[in-house]
Amino acid sequence: MNSHAKTRNGSTFKQRGEKHYVMLYTRYERFWHWSQALLIFTLFYTGLGLHGLHDWLDFRTAVTVHTFAALALILLWIFTTFWNFTTGQWRQYLFKEGVVKVIRFYAYGILVGEPHPYKKGLQRKQNALQSLAYMSFMLLIGPALWSSGIVYLLYDLWSGYSWSGQGLTLIAFIHTAAAYLMGTFVIIHVYMTTTGKTPTHYIKTMITGYDNVELTEAERAYIEETHAISMKD
Amino acid sequence: MHKQPSLGIRPGILACLTALLLGISNQLLAGTEHESAAAHVDQDMNFRIVTDTTPSIRDDGESTADHTKFEALQGPFESGPEVTKACLSCHTEAGRHFMKSIHWTWEYDNPATGQKLGKKYLVNTFCTNARGNEGMCAQCHAGYGWKDDSFDFTNQDNIDCLVCHDRTGTYYKTPPTKGNKACSVMFEGRQPIEWAKVAQSVGKPGRENCGSCHFYGGGGDGVKHGDLDSSLKFPDHKLDVHMDADGPNFACTTCHVTKQHLWAGSRYNVMAHDTGGLGLPGERRDVATCESCHSETPHEKDELVGIKLNGHTDKIACQTCHIPTIARGGVATKVDWDWRTAGKTKNGEGYKEKNYTQGNGEHRATYKSIKGSFKYGENLVPYYAWFDGQMRYTTIDTHFDPASGPIAVNGFKGSHDDGTSRIWPFKQMHTVQPYDKGNNTLVYMHLWGDDEDAYWGNYDFGRAIKVGMQKNGIPYSGEYDFVETYSYWPITHMVAPKEDVLACAECHSRDGRLDGLKGFYMPGRDHFRWLDILGYIALGGALIGVLLHGLLRKLFSRKNSQRTSS
Repeated sequence: MNSHAKTRNGSTFKQRGEKHYVMLYTRYERFWHWSQALLIFTLFYTGLGLHGLHDWLDFRTAVTVHTFAALALILLWIFTTFWNFTTGQWRQYLFKEGVVKVIRFYAYGILVGEPHPYKKGLQRKQNALQSLAYMSFMLLIGPALWSSGIVYLLYDLWSGYSWSGQGLTLIAFIHTAAAYLMGTFVIIHVYMTTTGKTPTHYIKTMITGYDNVELTEAERAYIEETHAISMKD
Repeated sequence: MHKQPSLGIRPGILACLTALLLGISNQLLAGTEHESAAAHVDQDMNFRIVTDTTPSIRDDGESTADHTKFEALQGPFESGPEVTKACLSCHTEAGRHFMKSIHWTWEYDNPATGQKLGKKYLVNTFCTNARGNEGMCAQCHAGYGWKDDSFDFTNQDNIDCLVCHDRTGTYYKTPPTKGNKACSVMFEGRQPIEWAKVAQSVGKPGRENCGSCHFYGGGGDGVKHGDLDSSLKFPDHKLDVHMDADGPNFACTTCHVTKQHLWAGSRYNVMAHDTGGLGLPGERRDVATCESCHSETPHEKDELVGIKLNGHTDKIACQTCHIPTIARGGVATKVDWDWRTAGKTKNGEGYKEKNYTQGNGEHRATYKSIKGSFKYGENLVPYYAWFDGQMRYTTIDTHFDPASGPIAVNGFKGSHDDGTSRIWPFKQMHTVQPYDKGNNTLVYMHLWGDDEDAYWGNYDFGRAIKVGMQKNGIPYSGEYDFVETYSYWPITHMVAPKEDVLACAECHSRDGRLDGLKGFYMPGRDHFRWLDILGYIALGGALIGVLLHGLLRKLFSRKNSQRTSS
């Protein structure tokens, strides 16, 4: 980072600026992401066991781990919802134009070496497809799992009603269906992390928090002035 | 003498031999008299001989009366009724109380179903009917001399106090009548009862008192129940945590609490789900349920697994998890009885085959001419079913359709959504027994007697049924055949230690213990077929999709780089 860059690019270049290594994913965001990943893997593994698909963990332990992991994940999501709204980061998940372009890129462009149609920026962490996927993760799959999971967990409070039999069946169905969707999401999500510049680029980004993104003049000026966001170069 | 039939010795000679041996042992080996008596009597016929007379419960010195000091008990006594008279001279109300007990009446009017139950009426799936065979069966009636209908149920002197209250272990009962000569062995090898001694040694019943009948239900050790047999006289911790002789050493009456000689815990009207709470002082205590001591939330309330287990108690009887298997004490229980093969003889005499050796080393009959063929089980996984506590009996009056499959002699109802049922363990007994082919009812058989018509002597079903029905005024078509029956015995004893209880996956798994119970969703056992298929397709599809995509990327990137370099 030096002042020459400014004069070299000049003010004509308004939308895009120089690329800089900036802290794109803050400490909390990364903590959230990786603890969520760990919990989801734990839940999926124990959940498959509870569903009777494997017995590599005894049922009693599986129930215990599954329950505590679920409670931890719910707690994490409560914090994260709070974080998303207080930091304004929730806007990242709003619908963006250009979903079709992104889909076209992953279906074809990526194979023939086209550039990604979406440029990452400080306020543009996710491409249109990502936003859509994460949004449905947070508004559909996640709630289907935690809401059915909580009702499932509290079975003993409603087991006395005459409809509890059908109720349990329904809850189990929703929970299982949502779990399969979650599993599918995770597989695709993990694969997508390999589609960066190098196969591990995105993973490194999610670990360190830094990514090389183009900054606008205003963004750079703001960072230099306030040091609100950490910049490596 | 276990191999008596194969040796071909006639019963008379054997009796003489036994008497001779007993005589010798009396003179020379007074200390081992019980053992030699036992060794020379067919355990299988005379199944209630007790070799170890040590009391299961020691005198705790709690009693305010020393019965040896009572003048009325000094004797001499010549018979049981004389002793009873002496008992009642002090315990003036005991007779009145006891006469209301099912141990005396052998009758139970079920208020819910209106059925008349009790041994006096019922047909079971073992020796089938006590009625008309009291000469044999009433050896387990707590009275003296019930041979036939002439028995006086109003005479208090006929009550047998000693069978429940003798603490010497030397008191015994033989069948009220002699029966056929083939059965004479049942009366052999017994020391005469020392009436004054037993009268002075009375106390609260120990397990051996109740067990002298209840361990031997169905005609032999452990035959009927599967969770009640002679191994419970001195059980260890593994066999029963409550009756553990070196531990709490519960008597039967510790749970089967008594009020005026009436006991809690009836099989005719089971409390399948006790929501009455703990019997604190002043509150209800007239139940024998687990919950009446342990509450409905017996597991840890402050840890997840405990909370989850407490959540089971509304649908799962305690016994279901805490009695993992039955007949665990080395004594087998009968699981199958086929009357059709009964009546075979060798040289005109009945015989036995003892082809089953049970855990404690004893040989059990797999065939008896008088009864048919048997199968046994040990460490048996119980049969599980939803049970609302109400048995519905197929009585002698019940007409059934033999073509509709096996008859449940004591069927029951229950379902996952009736609000009262819980999943209970049962011993399921399978039997093939005679029935009235014309009227489609069960039959009373005349088994016991020294007359020409008794089956245990003449081996003729036709005559035994005809007389059995006639004697009791039951219509009989004159034709019999055999029908398959089931009976169900709720399991509640042989409670295992904590570390041996069922693991969750015994039921929460595919092909687990509750696989046979349908109509409700159970995690780990059930799944939605189509949802799982769709789920696999989604997961598998995603996996294959990304692998293919990755492969294409690799191929294209090579192409791209070749293009760039060229």
